[in-house]
Amino acid sequence: MTITTDQSTVVIDALRAVLGADYVVSDRAGLGVYELDASDEAITGIHRPLAAVLPETTEEVAEVARIAAEHDLPLLARGSGTGLAGGAIATQGGVMVVTTRMNRIVEVNLIDRYAVVQPGVVNLDLSTHLAPQGFYYAPDPSSQRACSIGGNLGNNSGGPHCLKYGVTNNHVLGLEVVLPGGEVCRFGGPSAENPGHDLTGLIVGSEATLGIITSATVRILPLPEEKGVLLATFESMETASRAVSATIADGILPSALEMMDKVTISAIEAGIGAGYPRDAEAVLLVELDGPTQTVGEERERVAEILSEHGAMTLSVAETAEEAELLWWGRKAAFGAMGRLAPNYHLTDTVVPRSKLPEAMQLVAEVASDYDLIIANVFHAGDGNLHPLILFDRKEPGIMERVLDASSVLMQHCIDLGGAISGEHGIGIEKNDALTLMYSDIDFGEMARVKRALDPRDLANPGKVFPSNFDRFGEPLD
Amino acid sequence: MSTTTTQPRRGFSGPDQPPEDVMRACVHCGFCLPVCPTYRETHRERSSPRGRIWLIKAVSEGELDISDPVFKSEMSLCLNCRACEAVCPSGVQYGELVESARAQIVQHEPQPASARAAKAVGMKLLLGSPRATRAASYGAKVYAKSGLGSAVGATGLMSKIGLGHAEALRPAMQDEFLVAGRESWPAIGSRRGTVALLAGCVMSTAFAEVHRATARVLARNGFDVVVPPNQGCCGALSVHAGEADHGRALAKRNIDALGGPEFDAIIVNAAGCGAAMKEYDFLLREDPAYADKAATFVERVKDASEFLAEAGLVETPGALPITATYQDACHLAHAQRITKQPRELLRAIPELDLVEMSESDLCCGSAGIYNLLQTEMAGQLRERKVDHATATGAAVIVSANPGCMLQMRAGLAARGSDVQVEHLMTILDRAYAQVEQETPGA
Ligand SMILES: Cc1cc2nc3c(=O)[nH]c(=O)nc-3n(C[C@H](O)[C@H](O)[C@H](O)COP(=O)(O)OP(=O)(O)OC[C@H]3O[C@@H](n4cnc5c(N)ncnc54)[C@H](O)[C@@H]3O)c2cc1C
Ligand code: SF4
Ligand code: SF4
Repeated sequence: MTITTDQSTVVIDALRAVLGADYVVSDRAGLGVYELDASDEAITGIHRPLAAVLPETTEEVAEVARIAAEHDLPLLARGSGTGLAGGAIATQGGVMVVTTRMNRIVEVNLIDRYAVVQPGVVNLDLSTHLAPQGFYYAPDPSSQRACSIGGNLGNNSGGPHCLKYGVTNNHVLGLEVVLPGGEVCRFGGPSAENPGHDLTGLIVGSEATLGIITSATVRILPLPEEKGVLLATFESMETASRAVSATIADGILPSALEMMDKVTISAIEAGIGAGYPRDAEAVLLVELDGPTQTVGEERERVAEILSEHGAMTLSVAETAEEAELLWWGRKAAFGAMGRLAPNYHLTDTVVPRSKLPEAMQLVAEVASDYDLIIANVFHAGDGNLHPLILFDRKEPGIMERVLDASSVLMQHCIDLGGAISGEHGIGIEKNDALTLMYSDIDFGEMARVKRALDPRDLANPGKVFPSNFDRFGEPLD
Repeated sequence: MSTTTTQPRRGFSGPDQPPEDVMRACVHCGFCLPVCPTYRETHRERSSPRGRIWLIKAVSEGELDISDPVFKSEMSLCLNCRACEAVCPSGVQYGELVESARAQIVQHEPQPASARAAKAVGMKLLLGSPRATRAASYGAKVYAKSGLGSAVGATGLMSKIGLGHAEALRPAMQDEFLVAGRESWPAIGSRRGTVALLAGCVMSTAFAEVHRATARVLARNGFDVVVPPNQGCCGALSVHAGEADHGRALAKRNIDALGGPEFDAIIVNAAGCGAAMKEYDFLLREDPAYADKAATFVERVKDASEFLAEAGLVETPGALPITATYQDACHLAHAQRITKQPRELLRAIPELDLVEMSESDLCCGSAGIYNLLQTEMAGQLRERKVDHATATGAAVIVSANPGCMLQMRAGLAARGSDVQVEHLMTILDRAYAQVEQETPGA
């Protein structure tokens, strides 16, 4: 998108008239910081919006959308910028709506069990707010301390506890959305059943390519009476994978079941020191929740199964603090990779649980074929792998090797009957890889939906759709 | 001017360049955003740790000029509270980045010589020599007693260094200063060791009684306590302000004065000083004569609460039937990662009811001389802190840092609140005094 200096002055003035100068960022340094989200710049490239705006209300977002549309400028949303696929990066310039000031918890209804929040509310802040009343918001991406509910909705995020409770879209009842032209729509609502087309479901996971969410009605749950956390070590990732399948096959549904390898443990211990055993080749972190008695019984049963399936050591978190520290270690794992290498590329593939042992073997093979270090830390319970390829982008020729290894990994996972992304979104990192999963016909249909809501392709353009498709989703030859 | 072997990079040059490996360890995951006070207040990425690291990197890579106004203003708006460091999964030593960036700004400043000199004179007057601080403090005390109190605040020492609005934060001067080399406390009961107490600059005057309380508590727990002569200010404020050379001179003096093998530990009861002293190794990393000495020195620096909790209390303190809440000083909780020990010590006092406030470890806005320079942000954070503290209903707010104590006292006074703010060691000392009353002659 090219725009003249005159035009940009007009746009910035118009935005200032709506929001005030303080909340329209257009200077070089102030905008520069919005170049990044948590994805790797070696892959996403460096891009800057024309302006970043920080509105506080739906009406302000709608006004901003109208201004962008009037000037034919792209419009995208950014929550906390913890996304790992570059979804919140302004690859085509335009106006970036930063939702950090839209951080109000508007309503909490304990009887009907829902909360209405603005999109900038930080995931964990909602649960912290609800805790004194004995409630919480279940989807818990590992980034939950920082990421926004709007970003969670944009990416349909998952998290460790989604094994038992389901990902974000299972917890959304209704949305308020500003469409690219500035119209404000409301889909769904607090009641459990909503008639008509499920447009809420359509918006969740669309990564701001259909519009900007300005309010969400989400389900809230009572806190479980008891939680039990177990840590088991294994001699290899394959043995640990078999133990995962055996646990689930037994009929027990842990609230979380996470696996980590030796590389990951060394990163966590170097970064924050959470007390994971450094000498273990693989660990499983298992959490059970529910009524106290059930948790006690299940914990014993799980311990039995894990021992039968090769666990070398088993320990139980004795106190809530101990459990919390183990979880903090797990949740900090991606960030801790910075201790080992300045860059990492993360593939977020999914395989059927039964194929985990094979998948682990394939990851190890790719690592040795391409002479790369690959760390594994993932939601084992639902087969959502996160192989992290560690590298230093200053090393000549490295990018090619990383990207090749990454596509081979994705292909392997698809061959095993899986998918290329579990929860982190497609953005501009995985869009081309989407062709491994969908046909031209599939993309054509998605494009028709997009065009219906966003006829001028202004909403977060260039995201999700593969780069060999034009801006209306038609394949380029 | 010291020399350096570091290659100049595009934006930075000379000594004290932000370490490249620290910058590169940031994977921009964003985990640090929610704990950053300035981000929480402004919601702007540039005022977040991740944003500031981007700015430092941009200057380093020549993308931004070192005189860029946003870069400079963000480096000053940062409280250096280190909350970001404590949660960073990648272990990014943010404090080293911001302090070096500030040192670079100072070095590159085509500052009017007068402004620079005034600042330096003020800093030196206030911090460099305990004698100067004492003299200034003494002057302030005499004036205060003569009824000219606020006039002194506005026109005296503070205004000399361009900080006229600092009156509200001016500590009440205590009657007896603590002079290094003059006082010592022998261990009571069986002797467990000898420790050196840092007198500091502001602490030795305005908080002399806190020192005495600290010494009595340590002595009561079997330690000989001495306040070795020739020590001085820890240098924290100089380093935070980018005056690294001045900070180094102060650090060396303290290493010489306090680093002797006769001391089992160097005890500090001001969080900001302790944090700075534990970083002498980084500050003196490029100094061939002191780098090794600094490395062994830092291992013996202990916050009073850290030391006591580790050594264990010999005797249970007496009962204090009060409701108290504990405020985590940034430089204790984040820079030194000490949060449990002070609470353990408070819980060891019978009948003391400890209630937690929310956001206990979010900066109160004091941050060294920050509250004198960034009044608006400091004021917002102060109000936030006082709101949380008073919401607990506690009669006493306990802290382990003089800056936080002054900041909160000023906030409470402005509201006409009668909630007290006390140092952790003062509370422990009071509790021990109860034992004496209960068992005379003990
Ligand atoms: C260390 C680490 C661990 C992580 N762990 C997990 C995990 O366990 N599970 C998981 O799913 N993800 C995880 N992530 C990825 C990321 O945190 C999530 O995708 C999160 O939901 C992003 O939220 P955000 O507020 O940062 O969104 P952003 O990065 O700001 O945006 C993400 C996408 O959502 C869109 N968006 C933002 N706000 C809105 C809005 N109001 N309306 C419409 N679209 C919007 C953006 O345009 C963008 O496409 C992790 C990331 C990190 C760095
Ligand atoms: S938490 Fe650490 S790695 Fe993550 S953005 Fe902040 S400083 Fe960088
Ligand atoms: S030191 Fe404190 S104010 Fe500065 S960036 Fe870190 S958290 Fe924010």
